Amino acid sequence: MRILEVKNLTKRFGGLIALNNVSLSVEKGEILGLIGPNGAGKTTLFNCITGFYRPDSGDIIFDGQNITKLTPHDIAIRGIARTFQAVKAFQSMTILESVTTGALCRAKNLEEAKRRAVKTLEFFGLLEKKGIPTHGLTIVDQKRLGLASALATEPKLLLLDEVVAGLNPVEMEEVINLLKRIRDLGVTLFVVEHLMHLIMSIADRVIVLHHGEKIAEGKTAEVATDEKVIEAYLGERFIA
Amino acid sequence: MILTSRIDRLLSPKFYFPLILLIAALLLSLWLPPFLLHVAIMIVLFSYLGIAWNILCGYTGKLGWGHAAFFGIGAYTSTALYIFYKVSPWIGMVFGAMFAAAYGAICGVFCFRFRLGGHYLVIATIALAEVVRVVFINWADMGGAWGLLLPVVPDSWFEFQFHTTRIPYFFIALALLLMVLYVEIKLVNSKLGYYFISIKDDEGMAESLGINTFKYKVIAMVISAALTAFGGTFYAQYVLYISPETVMPLSLSTDILIGAVVGGMGTIAGPIIGAVIIQLIHEFTRAYIGRAGLDYVVAGTIMVLIALLRPHGVIEWVERMYNKIIGLLPSIAGEEIS
Repeated sequence: MRILEVKNLTKRFGGLIALNNVSLSVEKGEILGLIGPNGAGKTTLFNCITGFYRPDSGDIIFDGQNITKLTPHDIAIRGIARTFQAVKAFQSMTILESVTTGALCRAKNLEEAKRRAVKTLEFFGLLEKKGIPTHGLTIVDQKRLGLASALATEPKLLLLDEVVAGLNPVEMEEVINLLKRIRDLGVTLFVVEHLMHLIMSIADRVIVLHHGEKIAEGKTAEVATDEKVIEAYLGERFIA
Repeated sequence: MILTSRIDRLLSPKFYFPLILLIAALLLSLWLPPFLLHVAIMIVLFSYLGIAWNILCGYTGKLGWGHAAFFGIGAYTSTALYIFYKVSPWIGMVFGAMFAAAYGAICGVFCFRFRLGGHYLVIATIALAEVVRVVFINWADMGGAWGLLLPVVPDSWFEFQFHTTRIPYFFIALALLLMVLYVEIKLVNSKLGYYFISIKDDEGMAESLGINTFKYKVIAMVISAALTAFGGTFYAQYVLYISPETVMPLSLSTDILIGAVVGGMGTIAGPIIGAVIIQLIHEFTRAYIGRAGLDYVVAGTIMVLIALLRPHGVIEWVERMYNKIIGLLPSIAGEEIS
């Protein structure tokens, strides 16, 4: 079953075509990887799906409804959460307050939101740090907090924008395990990365963007050996 | 168990010390000479206005520089209703708040629809306040540039006028201050408080978590505007004369926010501490060296010094001192409650 469908999406910034007629779909319950070199249009695609950018043409269908023209908060309420490439945090809040803010999306009142936030923090192993201000966190904890806040909105689909960037291999392993556990909760994941081996280890399927166009799609192992993909990553001269 | 811990809390210094301060303020007001009582009233009024401003600007981080418009709308509404329709200023006050809230909503929709923030929001709010001032200068039925003079009647709570003594004004101002403090504390510990602070910290992230940032910015503006209008009615009844130049000038917008900025934005006690400092400087420099704006030179210099030494507000100093005093006080209950 398709949870998200992107149809012929085009986004221009002045003369630059950031996304050119991109179509893709995300199946319920899978981890879909999105890779591509810098400037391929990965983050632009995420920003279009989550309502931060208005696409020039094309449609985005989520759960059977057209969400192309909705605002970011409406899209979040319908069940798409995201994290940001540059780690964002509510600087004047503690970890608990920050996750509570996310939980308010579904909770009826503040008390319930706090209870849900505590549960979410437990899941992420952040509970003993709940009183710490968000600006005093290590990068890996900031990433965890970003994931926790997003997950606290109880999304059906979670978009992750370079969630392991800036982490060391041990921390990366930890985050990968977290992602698998999130998938096991029944949340569909759509993951942007440009580290090929990371995508290989978690994604069921992969889509490759290059210069705003989809150049490949399929099972992770197939895509990794695709000529066009290798060309996009390494450049033409290295193939010959 | 819960009941005893509640009583213990009441008997701890954290609770009884502010209470003692409040009672001391009330008693002191009975003995103050008229000039000092006037200073005290101004301190309380501007504490009130600073907190009302802070609800928009300290919590959502949206710097509005046009609160004089809301203040003036409050003052003009109650005064006009009183003069033309004999409506008690207490009822006029509520209407003033409603009109100010409506104008706040218009300003909010106008500014936040275009995602104004920072310097642009400051300019837009100044302009929106100036529009109101210019309209009133040219509105002949409202007294135009001359303004409106409230008819003087004997002392009366119903008519909101006191001439033999200003002490009732002080009590009313204090009641307003306690009310706004209650509103603020309730607000900070509610959904709205979380939304406002998330907007200040990161609007993009707030949106991504399902928060309608536009809606809550407008709500903050409306609450702030309505509360500011109460202060306007109070001022009109206190001075008994209003004109666009006294209740709507840009300098009033500045006076409202400067206390909160000096004291500490986004904190509960900050605007009060700031109002104490600013109004003391203001009134005393005006009374004793008030020649051709020299008072503003002195006041300005002190503010620059404060801004240099404590960019986040004087509250850091005061907080430390306050906690020290509380630490020294005994807990009547016998055991310390944290």
